[in-house]
Amino acid sequence: MTRLVDVATKVRSKNAGPFWLTCDIFCGTPEVFARVCEALSSKRVAAVLHTEAASLKRFEITDLNVLKFSLPRPYVQGTRLDRDMHGASYANLLAEMEIN
Amino acid sequence: MTKVLIPTGALGLGFDRAALARGVAHEPDLIAVDGGSTDSGPHYLGTGTSKYSRGTVKAEWRALMEARAQARVPLVIGTAGTSGADAAVDWLVDITREIAAETGQRLKLAVLKSGQDGAAMAEALARGRIMPLCPAPEISAELLMGCTNIVALAGAEQIQEALATGADIVIAGRTTDTAIISALPLSQACHPGGAWHGAKIGECGALATTNPGSGVILIAFDAEGFVVIPMGETARATPYTVSAHMLYENSDPYVLYEPGGHLDVTRAQYVTLDDRRVRVTGSEWVPSDRYTVKLEGARPAGFQTVSLALVREPRYVENIRAWCDDVRARCSEQARASVDGDFSLELRIIGADATLGPLDTGARIGSEVGVLGIVTAETEALSREVAKILNPYLLHHPLTEDEPTPTFAFPFSPLEMSRGAVYEFCLNHVLALDDPMDAFRLEIVEIGA
Repeated sequence: MTRLVDVATKVRSKNAGPFWLTCDIFCGTPEVFARVCEALSSKRVAAVLHTEAASLKRFEITDLNVLKFSLPRPYVQGTRLDRDMHGASYANLLAEMEIN
Repeated sequence: MTKVLIPTGALGLGFDRAALARGVAHEPDLIAVDGGSTDSGPHYLGTGTSKYSRGTVKAEWRALMEARAQARVPLVIGTAGTSGADAAVDWLVDITREIAAETGQRLKLAVLKSGQDGAAMAEALARGRIMPLCPAPEISAELLMGCTNIVALAGAEQIQEALATGADIVIAGRTTDTAIISALPLSQACHPGGAWHGAKIGECGALATTNPGSGVILIAFDAEGFVVIPMGETARATPYTVSAHMLYENSDPYVLYEPGGHLDVTRAQYVTLDDRRVRVTGSEWVPSDRYTVKLEGARPAGFQTVSLALVREPRYVENIRAWCDDVRARCSEQARASVDGDFSLELRIIGADATLGPLDTGARIGSEVGVLGIVTAETEALSREVAKILNPYLLHHPLTEDEPTPTFAFPFSPLEMSRGAVYEFCLNHVLALDDPMDAFRLEIVEIGA
């Protein structure tokens, strides 16, 4: 079983302001980039983040071999049910996704 | 050409002093540094206090004030004191006074305040001057009046106004991260798209280079674009490090909204000048029809008390979820019967899924777990009372009735820790202004011997 973490150079997530979360997948080469874009449908990523595909913004940045997703934060930063102030841990959920 | 020296991504984060000296030797026209961000949460805006230590901020600010004196150019800080609330600005002005007195400097300060009055904001809401961004929480006059701090994010225009006073140092409340860098090149007729794009690349210091830790970066703006020049000895800017920085903390990697318009980098070109420097052209600034500034607000969200128990006994570790569910149910029932007022009780299992909660479907448990009890209530006394009701459960609650009373580990006495008042961000909105200075106040202060 190959996971995203095994093929990507770096997977990170971070707040983009208190209301948004953004995830960057650095693929390193055009080959890995194509493979990752193919494997990570917006629907699959949305399911892992327990959200709707319609609320995910998807950017395939060919020049950088980066696949980027942005979404409204599952809980607004720092509210009672938020567990991760900087939003950096969400990246692990993506990193552990299976890649064909 | 306009050269802006950026010593670090945030005052308090640290920077390489040799790299700063190298930057001063490049004869910058301005030194600009960011003093904060929302990134560490609503407490700092809610209270108007600093996230970084006063001693660290003072030592770094002193080094920047010395660099300013040496370079004989203005020094600008935006979002002073972490949140840029008025109290946080006053805090940095006090530190500046101390340094001026200690170093015998006589200085002219321009102090730009971004704090907004709740009643004035309620009136602006009623007049249709406050518009929601996506996703926006529901707001009302009552909510606006209940915020402990509301700030508006100043853009380039307000910083230009402060610089036009001829001040040695500009201490600004909340600004966009980029405005403190773009303001001068914009007023010196540099390319508008280049000014904002270069400001975005420079706002985190050397983060857009191969050696982020060096901190210091110089952006040279001109009529067509800008050049990125790292000041760290081994730091290099490459088309990749520079263009990838638009991804950082930005929900859209091509577009950045600012007061008065937006930056579009879709057609930007990144060219290597030599092994350290990158030149960027082709960025576009698209002015908006209406001048708006973003608002940030924090309001009280009750009081919190937390407890932490450590569970090491294997049978309890194995059954920790069932144990927590039982503790929570019994404690809540007992508390509801004995206290007046509403509260919430949550138990997070550290060592299982405390970081991601239900999203972490593959969470595994190790040889021990921490159980973090979080009580949130309307008053400090109530949150502490419920946490005290929780304590015996966290200490002794058995998995079944027919077994000897277990005892779990507490790392601290007292067992419960008050977190005081807690706050939440409650605005993701913009405010329309007829004149950019309408929501801001500029004051000149002479300090020092």
